[in-house]
Amino acid sequence: MIHIKTLNNTKLTDNMNVKGCGECQTSCQSACKTSCTVGNQKCENK
Amino acid sequence: MIHIFKMDDMHFALDTSSGLVHVVDEVIYDLLTDENFKNKDKVNEIKNKYGNETTEEAISEINYLIENKMLYTDDANAVNKIKPAIKAMCLNMTHDCNLRCEYCFASQGSYNGERSYLSFETGKKAFDFLVKSSGKRVNLEVDFFGGEPLMNFETIKKLVDYARSIEKQHNKHFRFTATTNGVLLDDEKIDYLNENMDNVVLSLDGRKQTNDHMRKTVNQKGSYDVITENFKKFVAKRMDKDYFARGTYTAYNLDFSEDVRHMRDLGFDKISVEPVVAKPEEKYALKEEHLDILKAEYEKLAKIYLDSYDNKDKKFQFFHFNIELDGGPCIYKRSIGCGAGTEYVAVTPEGDLYPCHQFVGQEEFIVGNVDEGIVKDEVIDMFKNVSVNEKPVCKDCWAKYYCSGGCHANAYNFNKDFKVPYSVGCELEKKRIECSIYIKARLAQ
Repeated sequence: MIHIKTLNNTKLTDNMNVKGCGECQTSCQSACKTSCTVGNQKCENK
Repeated sequence: MIHIFKMDDMHFALDTSSGLVHVVDEVIYDLLTDENFKNKDKVNEIKNKYGNETTEEAISEINYLIENKMLYTDDANAVNKIKPAIKAMCLNMTHDCNLRCEYCFASQGSYNGERSYLSFETGKKAFDFLVKSSGKRVNLEVDFFGGEPLMNFETIKKLVDYARSIEKQHNKHFRFTATTNGVLLDDEKIDYLNENMDNVVLSLDGRKQTNDHMRKTVNQKGSYDVITENFKKFVAKRMDKDYFARGTYTAYNLDFSEDVRHMRDLGFDKISVEPVVAKPEEKYALKEEHLDILKAEYEKLAKIYLDSYDNKDKKFQFFHFNIELDGGPCIYKRSIGCGAGTEYVAVTPEGDLYPCHQFVGQEEFIVGNVDEGIVKDEVIDMFKNVSVNEKPVCKDCWAKYYCSGGCHANAYNFNKDFKVPYSVGCELEKKRIECSIYIKARLAQ
């Protein structure tokens, strides 16, 4: 690719059958308490 | 669905469903704008600008991404696989506070009720409720909150001991957070929190004038001088464990990047500064008219962040600029929302359960108590079926898998409807996502 550089190596839609354990942090239990941000959390199921 | 945006001299195309982020050049950007690559006349215009060969090459790269499900991918519409189970708890150790912050959503700690303290017995029942209601989930989270939780420090210690004593038999692991204003932080408490809390949130709004304008003592004096010294001592002993120096910005400090810079200069390297949640009639409330200034401020902050990145004494994390492009949560988690009422509750000193801390004091939202557990399913039901794809505004928003639909309390406070998010919050969230992607791209160069 000359015109495009992709930053990620994985897609959200990869391996959907083994995802969804629910062990990750509840979003409000971080530093915010007033907004909901999930994009900066980490997956616990790797 | 895709989203294209520019920042500085960089151009981006983000594919919502796959979560892929592409750094693109101007040719691609022009071709993707209004889907020009599908329109012969527009393609000819672009060829005139960039040349035949370059444009054809760029179109073939776009087609490659489409064919390989990396651009314009169909929405996954992930059906929720995560079984609801309450596994996180905001434990209000006090409904009392030793500060009188003007913007406090908890009415200066009292939540519009009597000032009160959580007893060990009630706290113990709250932990038992959490263990019981969490089903097979292993990781349980408890935030010692308030009011000011350190006003009830001895009970925190007893509850942590109790929680640790029941972990093994129930196959649970507790993660503790404490959120403090810092007034009572002394050596004993600093050592205890550093040893026992996985994360500590230190409330500080930034520059002295910013902080003291809103965060006042009971005698209406500023709190900055006392708390910054305490927080510095705390952080010096924190080592590499998590903490955030966490501030709130309001209409009084629209130049909040200067507050973040100040916090960095005080030596804090994990910083979160968030927009205030307030009723529109409050003088300090953030409104639509502030959006352009605030968006520019986030861009300014992104530059401060990058300028500090290579300097070990200045480098800092900004909570909302952290973004996980590969190791982040799965699409199910990104779809279901914040979890208020379905995986998260707040507990008052009286033992009442609320769907989240933002609703405490609004009695119509009490969902149960620590003795009986959840008894008002009709209230909990309001927090179900509000996943990001069930909200009309969110369903077609490019940012939906980053914010998961926003804060329910904000939606309710502004629109009286859990399915209609708070629009100012949405615009700021989108800007923060763009800035964090821009930072990732800059650092990858």
